Amino acid sequence: MAHRVLVFVEQREGTIKKASLEALALGARLASEAGGTMAAVVVGKDPAPLAAEAAARGAAAVYAAAGDGLDLYATESYAAAVVRAREQSGAGMVVLAASAMGKDLAPRVAARLDANYLPEVTEAAIEGGRLVVSRPQYAGKAVWKLATDPEKVVIAARPNVFPVGDRTEGASAETVALDVSDVTPRGRVVDFHTAGKDTVDVAEAEMIVSGGRGLKGPEHFPLVFDLAKAMGAGVGASRAVVDAGWIDHDHQVGQTGKTVSPTLYVACGISGAIQHLAGMRTSKCIVAINKDADAPIFKIADYGIVGDVFEVLPKLTEAVKRVKGAS
Amino acid sequence: MKIAVCLKQVPATDSKIKPTADGKAADLSGVEWIPNPYDEYALEEALQLKEKHGGEVVVLSVGGEKIESALRQALAVGADRAVVLKDAALAEAGPLAVSRALAAMLKREEPNLVLCGKQAVDDDAMAVPAMVAERLGWPQATVVVKLEVADDLASARAEREVEGGHETVELALPAVIAAQKGLNEPRYANLKGIMAAKKKPIDTVNAGDLGIEAPGTPAVEVLQVSQPSQERKNRMIEGDAAQQAEELARILHEDEKLI
Repeated sequence: MAHRVLVFVEQREGTIKKASLEALALGARLASEAGGTMAAVVVGKDPAPLAAEAAARGAAAVYAAAGDGLDLYATESYAAAVVRAREQSGAGMVVLAASAMGKDLAPRVAARLDANYLPEVTEAAIEGGRLVVSRPQYAGKAVWKLATDPEKVVIAARPNVFPVGDRTEGASAETVALDVSDVTPRGRVVDFHTAGKDTVDVAEAEMIVSGGRGLKGPEHFPLVFDLAKAMGAGVGASRAVVDAGWIDHDHQVGQTGKTVSPTLYVACGISGAIQHLAGMRTSKCIVAINKDADAPIFKIADYGIVGDVFEVLPKLTEAVKRVKGAS
Repeated sequence: MKIAVCLKQVPATDSKIKPTADGKAADLSGVEWIPNPYDEYALEEALQLKEKHGGEVVVLSVGGEKIESALRQALAVGADRAVVLKDAALAEAGPLAVSRALAAMLKREEPNLVLCGKQAVDDDAMAVPAMVAERLGWPQATVVVKLEVADDLASARAEREVEGGHETVELALPAVIAAQKGLNEPRYANLKGIMAAKKKPIDTVNAGDLGIEAPGTPAVEVLQVSQPSQERKNRMIEGDAAQQAEELARILHEDEKLI
């Protein structure tokens, strides 16, 4: 069988990122729907362990670009690896996770191939020989259902949307060494520093607790952090409080912030401006806590509490700790 | 230092986006058009770099007739001149086509640095900056929150936002930088700037002049544009704060099995 789909596998500290596991599961399904197999491409200093894991996740062949200079991300080198792996594997479709790296890399690859780029895809299937995808635009205010030729396309799968597939222990794949040592990147990552926070990044978080103007001041944001910590959630924020300087903009959810799709979104003291709702409305379960019973956020909430965040949040944090501790 | 800024015009972020009657596009009649918010961070950074290193800020755009107002706004806050490819169909043709046109315009300008917004808040593709960089063979840094350009204009250091932290990217110039919120605080135009902008040049180019040739990329067909609808339980939890908190924690734990 021919390779139909090539999946770019992203790692962090030697482990495949969850969003890439989702991309692998999606890639395997699309390859099978197209009547072929999936190939994967891994890049790094020593990507061999990733190759084995990609095989367990359904890759029939793994293209591995190894080298000291490939430890940290360099767009041009990584793009060369993806383009060469696609060429050698014969796969027409490239699938990446719409992570920070994926969103930097995918359009570069698409431009080199002059292939259509379908970003932030939330549904994808092969139907009647065509690739049919859904992708939100305007931060999710509307969804486009699109069809194109699966043989020349790059798609980036939105994290936390597609399921992670099963692992097949002991599965093996043909491993092919890729050489990109001839590429001298003119731009490269030289350093990474963590945000230094003990919370999950909002873009990757499976649960998010978000704070808005109802918190009245930055000195009260710890109420949100405490609940997030008790739940193991990331911390989000409305644009109003980011613009007021209460919290860094990398927490902002909404049209000029991040679009998120967690399993649980708890909006605390957020009234629900259209730009904010656009960024979080696809969350699977939405909880709203707000003093104003007429706040628009309640219209899209599964569970609502009309109440004072200063009273409710500390009690909710305690209650969450209790139910989690009891199980 | 010559700095090029790529500018797009988008519907205001408080616009309601509805499908057209045939469900094949978004109905944008009656929306207010604004410069893409992220492009304002790109422009501000360009103006600050010009203040530090001297030189010129040129704004480039591909758009329809309405683009003029966004260009005048950019000139009013301090850009020196603008070049526009007025072609509404091309502007709508997607990032592959738009990046091809912008790259052709940039080749004529030969800037030291290109600044773009990290994404346009209409199609949310985050594609044009990287595609422009690829077509020019230049390096890129996207989602940038901090930028330092070396005095000899040979290199730059950019900090980009990634999951859980920041990456530092070293770039040889010329390069393409895509600006994220937080890079700076965009300035407002004053009356003097608005008056001065009326006299600043906006040059028009057309696709023929640029000699753009589009390869045979397969078409993307729009099957349907729809508004997301998700059934919500809309269940209000009553009681005092302690009861509400208890009940919500119980629901999330027992019923929803989320925590």
